[in-house]
Amino acid sequence: MPDLLAARSQMGVSLAFHIIFAVIGIGLPALMVIAELWWRRTGDAVYLELAKRWSRGAAILFAVGAVSGTVLSFELGLLWPEFMKQAGPIIGMPFSLEGFAFFTEAIFLGIYLYGWNRISARAHILSGVVVAVSGAISGVTVVIANAWMNTPRGFTLVDGKFTNIDPVAAMMTPAAFPQCLHMTIAAYAATGFAVAGIHAVMLLREPKNAFHRRALAIALLVGAPAALIQPLSGDISARYVAQQQPIKLAAMEGQFETERGAPLRIGGIPSETERKTKYALEVPHGLSFLATHELNAEIKGLNDFPVDEWPPVAIVHFSFQIMVAIGTFMALVALIALVFIWRKRDIVSTPWLLKAIALCAPMGFIAIEAGWMVTEIGRQPWVIYGILRTSDAVTPMPGLVVPFLTFTLLYVFLGVIVAVLLYHQVLRSPREVPSA
Amino acid sequence: MSNIAAVAIAGVMMVALTFYVLFAGADFGGGVWDFFARGERQKAQRDLISSAIAPIWEANHVWLILVIVLLFTCFPVVFSTIAISLHIPLTLMLIGIVLRGSAFIFRSYGGDTNETQLRWGRVFAIASIVTPVLLGMCVGAIATGIEQATYAGSFVDHFIRPWLTLFGFGIGLFALALFSFLAAVYLTVEAHGTELQEDFRTRALWAAGAVFVIAFGVLALSMTEAPMVRGALMEGPWALPFHIVTGIAAVTAIAALWTRHFRFARVAAAAQVTFILWGWAAAQYPYLLPPSLTIDGSAAPARTLVLVLWTLALGACVLFPSLYYLFRVFKLQGRG
Repeated sequence: MPDLLAARSQMGVSLAFHIIFAVIGIGLPALMVIAELWWRRTGDAVYLELAKRWSRGAAILFAVGAVSGTVLSFELGLLWPEFMKQAGPIIGMPFSLEGFAFFTEAIFLGIYLYGWNRISARAHILSGVVVAVSGAISGVTVVIANAWMNTPRGFTLVDGKFTNIDPVAAMMTPAAFPQCLHMTIAAYAATGFAVAGIHAVMLLREPKNAFHRRALAIALLVGAPAALIQPLSGDISARYVAQQQPIKLAAMEGQFETERGAPLRIGGIPSETERKTKYALEVPHGLSFLATHELNAEIKGLNDFPVDEWPPVAIVHFSFQIMVAIGTFMALVALIALVFIWRKRDIVSTPWLLKAIALCAPMGFIAIEAGWMVTEIGRQPWVIYGILRTSDAVTPMPGLVVPFLTFTLLYVFLGVIVAVLLYHQVLRSPREVPSA
Repeated sequence: MSNIAAVAIAGVMMVALTFYVLFAGADFGGGVWDFFARGERQKAQRDLISSAIAPIWEANHVWLILVIVLLFTCFPVVFSTIAISLHIPLTLMLIGIVLRGSAFIFRSYGGDTNETQLRWGRVFAIASIVTPVLLGMCVGAIATGIEQATYAGSFVDHFIRPWLTLFGFGIGLFALALFSFLAAVYLTVEAHGTELQEDFRTRALWAAGAVFVIAFGVLALSMTEAPMVRGALMEGPWALPFHIVTGIAAVTAIAALWTRHFRFARVAAAAQVTFILWGWAAAQYPYLLPPSLTIDGSAAPARTLVLVLWTLALGACVLFPSLYYLFRVFKLQGRG
């Protein structure tokens, strides 16, 4: 395995692993606070049980997220020293902010988890709110740093070196808003539906279990609105990509020819050698409309760019299709679920809807992974879009396949254990909970 | 030194590293004593360690991340040089960090059977021993000095030799001894009951002895292996005062342990470790990474430094009250 590929694979595995924990770290504290709030209001012990279980889940996931995030902060240099040497002073700001947000999150999670009997009810709930908010801020700041890699701003390039650095302008990069919006909503949608979906499975078995019913209700409260509005933020993201990274858009859509009124391709297999996307269902003018909101707008195709600046087209196209398909499905399920709640119809006595929600449990995370594959692989061959190639940023250290395999095995191992623990600590039906 | 902002940030990094050692270091030390839990009270010892660490270790861990973020933002050349030459020990240290954190949380929530608890406890304890040694080896390598290079020569020269030295290993053991010492001293204060307190008093005294012996061993090794730091430690203008205050703190800590003034011992031990760290920093000054990268010479553009300083000032306004609250709830009110 070539070192560059090993380094990219290790970074990919590390990010893919960490992102699951980061996302749940944003979403789960929100669920936990809502459950505690409802317990304090109603005195219903089931909500207390939920708050305690979700906080245990948050503890497990936060711990693994924290250590895997630490690995990433080092890996930026261990794998891409040249990138960090050049970009560190420009994108260090959001990471510094993230440091403090992460500190706050860790401190108040400790207080929340172990402070049930030590601080007042109000202080306890507030601690939970601080965890939820600082988790979201952590996510946003890291995504800002990533956005800069897509649309680098805040410097003048002289002989390939960054001069006249302006870290604030770098943070205001055009990709920051759409990416942060899309990712934050995704975190709530994925976490909400993951929790809702798992309890939906339980409810298919024991429909009267009050624990699972209330868990489903709170999880949908967070997940369904997020999933419903996600396509709108997706639209904002798509238009920004069309404007700022046309080659990424072309790869996402398998668009080889530059054309006006470009069709939207559903499915299809892009071939880089034949320079066309075959077997796709084409919606006339669809892509032009979605990318620019004009039916006959010109969409730049891959053929307009030198081949050595193409990202791997097929992977980007497939990943994008997977993300969009899942996003659409989840938005639809969210809509139906919200209509049910609106009309006060019982979701639990509608098995097909429970099954659809159950199906969404893993889907949010698959969509997030696929979306990040679009962002990251779609930016290749660049680590800083248009400025620094990934191949020029990689460490001179040889034998990178060894750490790649080591971390992969380590993360697979940890992933399995976390899954088992979560089942026992969070999801399993409580032994003594009154039926509804 | 003209670049005041750069020196200020290097100072903040050193403060953060000091907090990391004083707090997270003690968490690692807790893992060491988990490993050496012996006798009829071994379960009580492990429970004490676990309950002392549980609410605070995540927050303590973030100091390291702060150091790294400041390093790559403000001294990117130093970060990239270290990341290349110390790829192997840093990677091993990260695996240690991952395993320790995960194992600790898996043990806390792993639940039902004693057997799984013991197994994760074992992983936690071993990772707590190995990780500080690797961290110390990296620090030892930095103190010895790393040259920027083209990395065209042999693998061993560029990726092994900078860190795999007897001196580096000595610093690794020194870090392990210091962390264990801190943990044992802190635990004397947090222990319920005289017997448990006595257990950790004995351990603290043994660890203090180990610190003493290893310190002299490392100093002897530094003669040949880290001449620059050794020179400053022996002859620099601050050398004598530093040795004196460190010595006073060390003797005070041992005396306080001996006479069972545990709260006083805690302060003295923390002071001792702080003086050791700052002695190293002073000896290395103005170099961030000897032999060629100074604080001034490796600093990011002024604009970045000033912004980071503002961020640090604002961040501190959030961080310190929060930290105070955390420690007040779990450490100052007595254990509930």
